[in-house]
Amino acid sequence: MALIRYQAPELAPWEAADRWSNLRNDLNSFFELPFWSSFGRGGQLFTGWSPALDLYQNNDNVVAVIELPGMRKEEIEISLHDGTLTISGERKRESGSNGDNAERTERYVGAFRRSIALPTQVDANKVSATYRDGILTVTLPKAEEVKPKQIQVS
Amino acid sequence: MNTLTRENRDGDRVQGEQFIAPPASVTEAGDGYTLEVEMPGVNKNGLDISIENNELTITGRRSFPVVEGMLIHRESRPENFRRTFELDPSIDADKINAKIDQGLVRLTLPKAEHVKPRKITVS
Repeated sequence: MALIRYQAPELAPWEAADRWSNLRNDLNSFFELPFWSSFGRGGQLFTGWSPALDLYQNNDNVVAVIELPGMRKEEIEISLHDGTLTISGERKRESGSNGDNAERTERYVGAFRRSIALPTQVDANKVSATYRDGILTVTLPKAEEVKPKQIQVS
Repeated sequence: MNTLTRENRDGDRVQGEQFIAPPASVTEAGDGYTLEVEMPGVNKNGLDISIENNELTITGRRSFPVVEGMLIHRESRPENFRRTFELDPSIDADKINAKIDQGLVRLTLPKAEHVKPRKITVS
């Protein structure tokens, strides 16, 4: 649990919070890169977006809810490695809009990657996900050995 | 286009309700504009688009997936979305079309016939 950063959304105005979370994401991806390859990927470092992620926990599952508006479900990739859930993907520029003039671009186009350390062990084989109204919900059933057990007194 | 620029980004407050301003993109093609606004968690039923005094207001009310359990990490914001754009005079307000797919609102705003670029053939 200590690895999970808690960001109190009410503490900062939205835009400021958004900017910080982007910066945080950039920094995270920077430190994930091997030092030598960071130069080659320089162009990708300060682009991209950091979708908002909520994490829930109940007796049976850990549930991650991620805001990913305007994607196709084929473009979303979910992976689990060493107790870390990673959601990544790429939002493609709409075809046909290349010849048009962008008057204003606040929406991110391109790759994103979002990781979070899970608070408990999960069963990787039973992970399921749904994508609806631009929100991805990933349900990760807890591993049997960490589920709370009720022991009957005989 | 000077349109769609003067707008309120400060998450406006309407009748005591606090809204957040969603990110938006505007592109111009020859015969109109396309406006895309990100509203994750909003579906057709929660979307309200109105035009008044040449201002286009998009309000999105979110229906979050219901998750049982305790929230242990939060980055999402509970507020609904609202954003207002000033329409360029060239836009034909009667022909604005909107659709929403996976939390992305896409509006097409055609230019009125009389302002569309026209080629005049020299005879």
